[in-house]
Amino acid sequence: MSAHTDTMLYLDGVSVAFDGFKAINNLAIIVKPAEMLAIIGPNGAGKTTMMDIITGKTRPDTGQVLFDGRTDLTRLDEAAIANLGIGRKFQKPTVFESQTVWDNLEMALKKPRGIFSTLFYTASDDDVARITEILETVRLIARKDELAANLSHGQKQWLEIGMLLAQDPKLLLVDEPVAGMTDSETEETAKLLREISQTRSVVVVEHDMSFVRELGSRVVCLAEGSVLAEGSLDQVSANPVVIERYLGR
Amino acid sequence: MLTQALFRALDKKAIWVIAIFLAVAVLVPMANLLIPPGQYGHVPTYLVSLMGKYLAYAILALALDLVWGYCGILSLGHGAFFALGGYAMGMYLMRQIGSRGVYGNPVLPDFMVFLNYSELPWFWLGMDNFWFAMLMVVFVPGLLAFVFGFFAFRSRVTGVYLSIITQAMTFALLLAFFRNDMGFGGNNGLTDFKDILGVSVQAQSTRATLFAATAIALALSVLVCSMIVNSKLGKVMIAVRDAESRTRFLGYRVEYVKLFAFTVSAIMAGIAGALYVPQVGIINPSEFDPANSIEVVIWTAVGGRGTLIGPIIGAIVVNLGKSWFTTTLPELWLFALGALFVFTTLFLPKGIVGLWHQAWGRMRRKTEHAERPAPPTPAQSADIERGEDPASFGHEAQPKPAE
Repeated sequence: MSAHTDTMLYLDGVSVAFDGFKAINNLAIIVKPAEMLAIIGPNGAGKTTMMDIITGKTRPDTGQVLFDGRTDLTRLDEAAIANLGIGRKFQKPTVFESQTVWDNLEMALKKPRGIFSTLFYTASDDDVARITEILETVRLIARKDELAANLSHGQKQWLEIGMLLAQDPKLLLVDEPVAGMTDSETEETAKLLREISQTRSVVVVEHDMSFVRELGSRVVCLAEGSVLAEGSLDQVSANPVVIERYLGR
Repeated sequence: MLTQALFRALDKKAIWVIAIFLAVAVLVPMANLLIPPGQYGHVPTYLVSLMGKYLAYAILALALDLVWGYCGILSLGHGAFFALGGYAMGMYLMRQIGSRGVYGNPVLPDFMVFLNYSELPWFWLGMDNFWFAMLMVVFVPGLLAFVFGFFAFRSRVTGVYLSIITQAMTFALLLAFFRNDMGFGGNNGLTDFKDILGVSVQAQSTRATLFAATAIALALSVLVCSMIVNSKLGKVMIAVRDAESRTRFLGYRVEYVKLFAFTVSAIMAGIAGALYVPQVGIINPSEFDPANSIEVVIWTAVGGRGTLIGPIIGAIVVNLGKSWFTTTLPELWLFALGALFVFTTLFLPKGIVGLWHQAWGRMRRKTEHAERPAPPTPAQSADIERGEDPASFGHEAQPKPAE
């Protein structure tokens, strides 16, 4: 068939306009299975809008958005897309603050999402073990019974990454994961994301260039809703257009 | 599966509340029936009915709390479900009057004879059977809530817009039930009840039984609500309340979560209405008055929303106040109610229950401080600091550098 077989995420010719302003303009991006892609670009380049389109929050005016080479995401709503296996971490960490760290993860854990199966859900030993494992990975095991509101900004970021892991998605969309983190935390996060990308596809949006360098992945630079440059970080940052439009500013 | 859910529901707090109301269901009727009037401990019959009314209100407040306190749906039309349940019960009671009405018609209630009905409207058929009427008590409010909720939640109507359309719903029903040709007795409503299940509604023993039934229904409502809010679904409901779109991105169908809570809540409100009507002896369209529904919101807010005991306390306390005010200073009641709501909103955002927790937490902290001058653990300070910007108390929640 065509180019979109054997891709995890396939965007082609995607455009969306808000009140005449073209937030995304003929965007084409491909993410392969078990591949990490870093997206950089100036504010207003359409990075978050792109995430909104993939996760069903915004409908594109035109274009093709395919998941796993076959599922058309433009026809599905947020919950359906999440259940297909697309997890999203938001720019501002959004955890459920009035609930404990454990409960946050329990809700995210991949389990039937129906009303009655949720009502009568009881955590099995496997579930408890899985949540404990995730808590260890994101280093929150000591704070599992605390309210998420009491975590520091960086810890909330990690809790949200933990929730992503609990969802067991095939594709992770991670929006500015290291904002508000210390240097060592940033380093750890890069390591964690690299680990995750061994088995899953990961799309990271980030401004922090040293973090992007640590990820060591393919980089796409967006500007004004379309791809400006693509390649390794060195190639992209050496691109004169990128320097002029983004890095040089 | 169900037993696990039941077990989870009976946590330390809920079991006390349930036990208290079951005890009340036994003790108050006993004090009314067994202790002769005049002797110490006797509870007069009028007081039994009055308390029964309060407990019916408590069920209604608890129902509202399930959707508002736990799921973030501020319904300003819960009185409608209460009134519909009440009307279903009222219809049964009307059919029990039989030929003892003023016009002596064995089938048609008095108002229908008066309005020249020749036969019962279709929706009155079967209402002479107790079981069928009780089915309608549950079914009619439940169905209305399901259909209303289905369209509202699917279209993602939230916040103040949802509150407004629930208000419009109850107002529309108010106007509809006022009409004589609706077949529900117009503005007089349904009254002059005689029998319930073959015994006189007025009899002392019937009143005591109705009280007991209401107290048991309240205990069961607490059990059901506790089962829901302590389950994972309850956590998801709170998640919907706090961050609706985030919950969607986790893969939960927010509209169905809301629909479930709204329908269960409407059924509880309908049952409360059905228990209320025989104890007060009348149901008329004024029960649909939007002001009534707003009052329920005030009870819940005063007691403390987002807790199971709060709305029950709120309903009882505010209605005690109402009973006292409307006998001694009737013209001041509405001002007092308004002032109470403003005061609660400004100073007691978590209601009476929140005040209690605060006082208790402070006392405990003081004694602990006296024993060892250690700084409060984050879990304790969470009580006072909740509601503040979490970023502002990072001093004790410092990011631990990765090991």
